[in-house]
Amino acid sequence: MIDTWLSEVGGPLLSGPPSHLSGTETEMNQHVTAETGDPITAEPTGSQDVVRLVDLKRRFGATAALDGVSLTVKKGEILGIIGRSGAGKSTLIRCLNGLERPDSGEVFIEGREISRLGERELQPLRRRIGMVFQHFNLLSAKTVEENVALPLKIEGRPRGERMARAAELLQLVGLSEKARAYPASLSGGQKQRVGIARALAARPALLLSDEATSALDPETTRSILALLKDINSRLGLTILLITHEMEVIRSIADRVAVIDAGRIVEEGAVWQVFANPESEITRSLLGGIRPQLPPEIASRLAEGEGAETILRIDVAGEAARRPLLSELSAGVPGPFRLVHGGIDHVQQQPVGTLFVAIPGADAGHLAKVTTFLKNREARVEVLGHVASPV
Amino acid sequence: MSPVLFELLLRSIWETVLMTGASGIISLVFGLPLGLALVATDRGGIAESLWLNRILGAIVNGFRSVPFIILLVALIPVTRLIVGTSIGTWAAIVPLSIAATPYYARIAEVSLREVDHGLIEAARAMGGNRWTIIREVLVPEALPGIVAGFTVTLVTLVGASAMAGAIGAGGLGDLAIRYGYQRFETSVMVAVVIVLIVLVCGIQWIGDRLVARLDHRT
Repeated sequence: MIDTWLSEVGGPLLSGPPSHLSGTETEMNQHVTAETGDPITAEPTGSQDVVRLVDLKRRFGATAALDGVSLTVKKGEILGIIGRSGAGKSTLIRCLNGLERPDSGEVFIEGREISRLGERELQPLRRRIGMVFQHFNLLSAKTVEENVALPLKIEGRPRGERMARAAELLQLVGLSEKARAYPASLSGGQKQRVGIARALAARPALLLSDEATSALDPETTRSILALLKDINSRLGLTILLITHEMEVIRSIADRVAVIDAGRIVEEGAVWQVFANPESEITRSLLGGIRPQLPPEIASRLAEGEGAETILRIDVAGEAARRPLLSELSAGVPGPFRLVHGGIDHVQQQPVGTLFVAIPGADAGHLAKVTTFLKNREARVEVLGHVASPV
Repeated sequence: MSPVLFELLLRSIWETVLMTGASGIISLVFGLPLGLALVATDRGGIAESLWLNRILGAIVNGFRSVPFIILLVALIPVTRLIVGTSIGTWAAIVPLSIAATPYYARIAEVSLREVDHGLIEAARAMGGNRWTIIREVLVPEALPGIVAGFTVTLVTLVGASAMAGAIGAGGLGDLAIRYGYQRFETSVMVAVVIVLIVLVCGIQWIGDRLVARLDHRT
C-alpha cells in the first residue's frame, strides 16, 4: 500500500508533465493552467530547477535582510542554507512561498515567477509547497490526524480521503498510534514528525524546512534528519532547509549555500565546502565540527624561527584516499608528528584536516614539504612556529 | 415567605434568566465577529485595515465607557424602535445586548490575539485563505478563552439585569429592591441573594467545565 502511495507522492509534478501535453513551454503553461487551475504543475520542459531566485532584495528599515540573493534548487536535491541568526535565512525561505515579498528580484517556483502574485493566486501554489517549522506550529485544538489532514481540508478534499491520507502519512513518520492524540501530549520529536507528515499531506513538489530541528535535542535531531533524508530519497522530494547548525547540513544536505548579511557568500557541494571553505563566515560556522588547532597550541604560535613548525594540511576526495603521510615521509625524509586532526566523511567523501608539527624545520625543508603535499592535491598552510615542542 | 411572594420570586428568576440568556446569545453572535474584526484589521492582522480598526475600536470604547444605567435610559428610543415598547423584560434585552456586545468583543479579542502567530503563518503556508484561518485556526485555538470570556459576560449580565428594573423589566434585582429593600421583606432579599449566588456559581461551573473539555493546549 505504501509503495503505491509513494509512487504518487509529488503528484504530476514529480512524475513530469503529462504525455498529452506537448508543444512549447508557453503553450503548455497555458494549457495546464487553464485545465487544472493549478499553476505550479506547469513545469517548463527541460528545466530541472524547482526553485530559482534572481537577485532577491528585501529591506527591513535600515537593514538589508536580503541583499541580492541568487540561487537555484534542483529537482530532488536537498539544499541547505546556513547562516547566523539575522543573516536573512528566514526572510529568504519565506520569499519562496510568498509569506514574505521581496522588494526586488524574482522568485521562480517550477519556472513560474511568483513574487508579484496576489494572495489569492499564491494560495493554490502554496499547497504545492510543504513547510516545516522550528516550533512545529501544530494546532492545539486538533488531533494529530486532523493536523496532518488540514492541508487537504484546505484543498477541499472529502473527509474519507483526508483521513486515509493522514493514516498513511502517520504510518510513514511512525506515529500511527498517536492519530487521535492531541499535540500537547507529544514530545518535541513527535510533534515535528507530525509537522513533517502535515507538510507532505498535499503531495508537495518542494519541502521548506525552517530550522526544523533547532528546538530539538541532538538525538531527536538525528532521527528527524534521517526521516527527512529518507523522504527525500524515497519520494524524490526536493528539500530546501535553513539552519544555523553545520551538523544539519553535514547530515543531509547535498549542496550548501552560506548566507551572511543577506548575501550568499559561498555555495557548493557540501563535502567540497567542508573541505575548502572560502569565506571567513563558513570557516567560523564549520568551527564546531571540523578539527581546529587546540587553543593551547594556537595561543603559542609565533612568527619566525622556533623549535617546531605547525602545518595545517587539508585533504578531500581523491587526495584523502591516498597514503599521503607515508608518501611524505618517503618523498621528503625527515621527522614530523601529528598534533591534531582527523578524517571525516561527508557525503561519502573523505574530508580531512591534519595539524602536523615538524621539528627544527628550516625554510628549505619546509618548502620541500609544502610543495610535495601540494603536488598531491593537499592544501597546506604554515600556521607558525612554537618555541618549545607542544 | 408567602405563596404570592414565592410566585413572584419564580417569575423574577425566569425574567433574569431570560434577560441574561437572550442578551448573552446576542452578544455572542455579534461580539465574536466584532472581536475577530478587531484582531483581523489590526496591524499585522489577516485583514489589516487600520482605519477600520480605529473606527471599530472607537465604537466599542464609546459604548463601554457609558455606565449601564445611563445606557439603559439613553437607548429608550432605540428599544422602542426594535421591540415596540420601552418597558418590560424584552425591552431590557435591547440595552443589555448593546452593552454586552462590545464588552464581549473585547474579551474575545484578547483570546483571539493570544493565538500564536506561527499557527496563522502555518495555515497561510498551507494555502489557507482568511476564512480558513478564522475557521481552522483563530476560533478553534482561542475557543477555551472565548468560552471562558462568554462565562464572564453572562455573569456580568446577571448583575446588569438587576438594573433593568429601572425600566420595569422585572427580574431578581427589581424584586430585591422593591420587596426586599423598600418593603422590608428580609426573606425576599435573602432568597434573591441565594438564588443569584446559585445562578452565578452554576454559570461559572458550567463554563469552567466546558473550558476544561475544550482546552487541549497543555
